[in-house]
Amino acid sequence: MLSQQIQASKHPPELVVDVMMAVQEHYGYLSDEALEEAAAMVGMAPTKLDELATFYTFLYREPVGRYVIHLCDSVICWMDGYEPLRDHLCKKLGIQMGETTPDGLFTLLPVCCIGYCDRSPAMLINKKAYGPLTSEKIDEILETLRSEAAETTPS
Amino acid sequence: MEKLTFEGLQQRQKALSEKAASAHVSQLLICGGTGCHATGSIKVIDAIREEIRKQGLTDKYEVVETGCNGFCAMGPILVVHPEGVFYQKLKADDVPTLVQEHLIDGKHVEKLLYKDPNTKKRIPLQDDIPFFSHQMPRVLRNKGLIDPESIDDYIRRDGYQGTAKALLEMAPEEIIAEVKTSGLRGRGGAGFPTGLKWEFASKSPSEVKFVLCNADEGDPGAFMDRSILEADPHAVIEGMIIAAKAINAHQGYVYARTEYPLAIKRLQKAIDDARAMGLMGENILGSGFDFELEIYQGAGAFVCGEETALMRSIEGKRGMPRPRPPFPAHKGLWEKPTILNNVESFANVAQIILNGGEWYASVGTEKSKGTKVFAISGDVNNIGLVEVPMGASLRGIVYDVGGGIPKKKKFKAVQLGGPSGGCIPEQYLDTPVDYDEIVKVGAIMGSGGVIVMDEDTCMVDMARFFMDFIQDESCGKCTPCREGTRRFLQLLEKICDGKGELADIDALEEMAVVIKETALCGLGQTAANPVLSTLRYFRDEYEAHVLEKRCPAKRCVNLLKFEVDPDKCTACGMCFKACPADAVIWKKKEKAVIDKEKCVKCLTCFAKCKFDAIN
Ligand SMILES: Cc1cc2nc3c(=O)[nH]c(=O)nc-3n(C[C@H](O)[C@H](O)[C@H](O)COP(=O)(O)O)c2cc1C
Ligand code: FES
Repeated sequence: MLSQQIQASKHPPELVVDVMMAVQEHYGYLSDEALEEAAAMVGMAPTKLDELATFYTFLYREPVGRYVIHLCDSVICWMDGYEPLRDHLCKKLGIQMGETTPDGLFTLLPVCCIGYCDRSPAMLINKKAYGPLTSEKIDEILETLRSEAAETTPS
Repeated sequence: MEKLTFEGLQQRQKALSEKAASAHVSQLLICGGTGCHATGSIKVIDAIREEIRKQGLTDKYEVVETGCNGFCAMGPILVVHPEGVFYQKLKADDVPTLVQEHLIDGKHVEKLLYKDPNTKKRIPLQDDIPFFSHQMPRVLRNKGLIDPESIDDYIRRDGYQGTAKALLEMAPEEIIAEVKTSGLRGRGGAGFPTGLKWEFASKSPSEVKFVLCNADEGDPGAFMDRSILEADPHAVIEGMIIAAKAINAHQGYVYARTEYPLAIKRLQKAIDDARAMGLMGENILGSGFDFELEIYQGAGAFVCGEETALMRSIEGKRGMPRPRPPFPAHKGLWEKPTILNNVESFANVAQIILNGGEWYASVGTEKSKGTKVFAISGDVNNIGLVEVPMGASLRGIVYDVGGGIPKKKKFKAVQLGGPSGGCIPEQYLDTPVDYDEIVKVGAIMGSGGVIVMDEDTCMVDMARFFMDFIQDESCGKCTPCREGTRRFLQLLEKICDGKGELADIDALEEMAVVIKETALCGLGQTAANPVLSTLRYFRDEYEAHVLEKRCPAKRCVNLLKFEVDPDKCTACGMCFKACPADAVIWKKKEKAVIDKEKCVKCLTCFAKCKFDAIN
């Protein structure tokens, strides 16, 4: 599908972010190999792709968990209690911001306003919006995701 | 599907509206915006569908999932159409009662109606609720009334009539003239006259030109564009087709942030549906005019909302601004003449073409015409999306539409234009919504985020917070912005930490002038605004931090003692119950004491104490 689009495109570099997103979806993150693969698809140098991948929030150059939590740290969410929620999430997951849980399930990252200020404090998990958050709701959400993961992972 | 011609569109519209008028079907309009999804509207929708089926009411009631209703604080929301009864904060459990009492017994379900916080009375009809009665929906005219995923719903409400008129009856110059007459100014923040922008691009000679829509909406506190795309995506598409005809472009892109999956999904469906009906692609409505539209997903970088950065980003480069000129109207995307407009700007266009520029300009002030959509949030009762005529007062937005400040707190300021906008204090709340009047009081209209702050907000801390954001989002390309914002932040942190001196305040003001004059793009040029505008109105708070080492709003942790004032403490125990670190020592009828060894300085007790007894 993407390769057809690339062939049809007058300007293949236009698709570079889409391609990186798709490759990331497949491998989980953009390893050096994944980046090279994406680069070859659009006919650009891997160093150029690296520049892009490090520029954008939603492209990951480091391994991430199955669920990537982006907690909004912008003004409305901050006014509505971002800091205690962040501390709660860190404590619950046993990690600091920017880290991934040892079981590979969750990565916790900050993000600037995600445009869900009407539901603040808010976060995105794999691009799905959650809010308004409380520590109880966070516990519930993590629980749901944990059992979802347990059900879908062959043991 | 059959491609529509002009006559075909008219016939379809007529048939759809006749069907709607003749059918004795009430509509149950349920909000399906992202906000309501998050609070469970899908479950409510399923429950209603199920209950209606069970009660055998399917031929009397049609369940419609609409885009954002706007009154997000009350979601999930159901409006029974056409009578307009408004039910709020629905849960799936409420559905059987609702169906029985309202749909079968014909009574209002009192406990689910809106309750006016001032009069404590229940208000059954949406139009009577103050939040709605002070608004003027134009851009949002279909909000909550149509299923955004149904092109027929849109066509029934005059959809694609503006496009038909522009493509079949108007010359490009006439379109531009109409938009100029309307006085429409860019809604993305800068307020540049839209007609003029189009005129520049139309006069640039080139075979290839582009029409771009900015749906990157990065300003903290802004969610207008998301809601427009979620509620009425075809309106934006129409605006882009009409713009394309005006400048003679045949390719467009919507640059949408990846954080908005629902908006992107609905927009994509709208594009596909339009294409299937011959309203997009080759020979639109048999007019001979071709236009293709694609969505470009941004991967998360605030600065990509800036026009030159956005174009570079589409080209597959790092989204960094470049100096202008050349202006995009001459050399934009792929060096071709390009116009970029904001989502809301485009969403106005079809109505301007259909009803005329003069109709549009009949509302508003001398230099700001039409309506403006705002996203109100922060310390305000009615968080949500509103549309008011230009010239309405900020006070009206905060108090009449916004319902005032919660918890009986006092209003302190509103921030307009996001972090790099400015704050407006109580004494200027009567300022009308008008590009130039707002600048006079030291803020900017911005894209429409209205952040309301109550008395517990420390303005120095707020400036520090905004500067932190701007510094983070500075792309680092130009030195004034990169170094200037870093220096600003250091000084503000110093003041918040209680280590500031008067000379630091002077230094802030001096640096503000330099960065404004030397930065490359709007981000740097406006970076000093949070400092300048808080200094302008709240200099006393800066001075309290510097001279008395005191934070009047009690937000700056390093200036607080974390001690209970025994004279003010009423021994209520609220702080004891709230403290997450068990650092409050309290027994019934005894005044509280904070154990500083255990205290983690989280400020929870400050927020809970109703008697201002903690210092
Ligand atoms: C740092 C920065 C970020 C911006 N972000 C946005 C944005 O998210 N959405 C938007 O419409 N305009 C944004 N703008 C303004 C655009 O550069 C541009 O002026 C606007 O999209 C033009 O459309 P309009 O004339 O219809 O307002 C931003 C500008 C700057 C300097
Ligand atoms: S400030 Fe958090 S979503 Fe906007």
